[in-house]
Amino acid sequence: MPHDVELVNVTKRYGSGAVAVKGISLRIPAATYCCLLGPSGCGKTSTLRMIAGHESVSSGSVLLAGREVTDLPPAKRGTAMMFQSYALFPHLDCLDNVAFSLKMRGVPKAERRARALHFLKLVDLERYASRLPAQLSGGQQQRVALARALITEPRVLLLDEPLSALDPFLRGRMREELKRLQRELGISFVHVTHSQEEAMALSDLVVVMEGGEIVQAASPRDVFERPATAFVARFIGGHNVLPAPAGDGTVAVRADRCRLRPPDAETYGPHLPGTVSAVEYQGPVVRVALATAAGEAVAMLPDDVFHAAPVAPGDAAVLAWSEDDMHALAPSPSDAAAATLTDPLAAA
Amino acid sequence: MEKAGFGKWVLGAFFVLFVLFLYGPTLTILILSFQGPEGGLTFPMRGVSLVWFRRLFETQAVGDFGGSLTRSLLLAFLVMMATVVVSLAAGLAFRRRFAGSGALFYLTVASLIVPSILVSLGIGILFNQLGLDTAWYSSGLGAQLTWTLPFGLLIMFAIFNRFDASWEEAARDLGATSWQTFSHVVLPIILPSVVGVALFGFTLSYDEFARTLLTAGVDNTLPLEVFGMTTNITTPVLYALGTLSTALSFAVIGLALGAVAVLQRRRARRLSG
Repeated sequence: MPHDVELVNVTKRYGSGAVAVKGISLRIPAATYCCLLGPSGCGKTSTLRMIAGHESVSSGSVLLAGREVTDLPPAKRGTAMMFQSYALFPHLDCLDNVAFSLKMRGVPKAERRARALHFLKLVDLERYASRLPAQLSGGQQQRVALARALITEPRVLLLDEPLSALDPFLRGRMREELKRLQRELGISFVHVTHSQEEAMALSDLVVVMEGGEIVQAASPRDVFERPATAFVARFIGGHNVLPAPAGDGTVAVRADRCRLRPPDAETYGPHLPGTVSAVEYQGPVVRVALATAAGEAVAMLPDDVFHAAPVAPGDAAVLAWSEDDMHALAPSPSDAAAATLTDPLAAA
Repeated sequence: MEKAGFGKWVLGAFFVLFVLFLYGPTLTILILSFQGPEGGLTFPMRGVSLVWFRRLFETQAVGDFGGSLTRSLLLAFLVMMATVVVSLAAGLAFRRRFAGSGALFYLTVASLIVPSILVSLGIGILFNQLGLDTAWYSSGLGAQLTWTLPFGLLIMFAIFNRFDASWEEAARDLGATSWQTFSHVVLPIILPSVVGVALFGFTLSYDEFARTLLTAGVDNTLPLEVFGMTTNITTPVLYALGTLSTALSFAVIGLALGAVAVLQRRRARRLSG
């Protein structure tokens, strides 16, 4: 079975000479929920738009279901796109918005309305068929946009930051719904996001991008347990990026696998002495930040572990971890020399 | 608190003065056009009558009211159509940069700055040099377009500034051709603003004076005719003419707004049905 999406050495160069995407290659297997994850300006949206056909490819090839589509118009590719702003047509009611692609193809009125109603039902909005987009909430608008994209029966649905405009509560519900739809329809979703939490929750395949390149493409678990570079470790969050105890390169250690030892205790295995700089109670865990010679490091302690031996800011403590939890990182050009840590709960 | 109240009164009074300044002259003419048969060009009113309106339609010693009104309406219609079509097309074109787009834009807008009477003079002389007769439907039309086209284009700029390009991308994504994208998405969304441009073109033409002064040829448009009358007619017929042509302007605006309202109501009915 061919891959739903295959990018071969795809580059996007803009007229000004700026290179947004630098020769990336990627294979997305059939019926995969794939998230393109990275900070703004990493090339994830350009990549999505090249798959959609809304952006020309400077060099390289885009294949969909084994078919070369690099120079085909968007509607001839078997993709459908859901825009960040939803881009619902403000002068058409929900039903006509959803039926738009059928109308363009000349499907008779009665038939296209029936099909559109079917897809509105799929997103649980048939009651709102005759409403204008302006009369709907953000979440409802998004579901209409989803129905409008799905009615074209795409092989691949492309979503550009679909959840960023929603409030946190709706975001969570919509996330579940997207995953459910992808599973039920058995098609691939390619979802652009800057939220590692979203990517973790949804993906079968996480593609982490940095500076126009793919730094890691793997399952969420692989990405979290074995981040490829310091950039990935920091972006995914929940890791301490520290100089390797052997003195060669950097390592990542999950903050939740770190423990604190008193300064006078004998410590076997890798460790790093420091001073407690902050203690944050977060319910199930307590976040303890240490100022160390290698910069700030964090231990996420289960609350019972913390309360068994509480520390306070100013206390001396040793961060300790097991050899098995330590993971060597490949060098990446953007790595700063100083070891820092990204907070798993601070990620937007 | 008291200071804020005082400020409010001052601003309120200022606003009333402003409105008076704006509509006072029109209102004066409106009132005086109903002057009694014995009345003159100024207050006091000597009775109230419609006699001056009746006189308006009788053959005047000077002035061709019906003819000039017809010409003005026709010209305004032509200007309106040309303005809408050309500025819409140009507005679409200017959304992308093209070779010389900056220069072309400044060249277009520059004609707003040139004193209108000079535009009129220039076109008049040009026609003369070419051995052509000036007429309201040729040189007059052209002279008015030098004013309405740049204006229309500027409005289009404002419209497309607020236009979300992802609507077009979405249409393309859903299989619409370029023409379908324009007719099913772009035009319906900007239609109310386009109606505004049309109204603008119409009214700018309808009351244009300086640009038509030296380009209208033998037959006068309404503003030129009215100007001619002011030097010859000394009765309130002039005011009746003013009232009538103002009423006509309001009628055109009302009609356009009504059309938009009907469109919206039809849409709403389709929604509820």
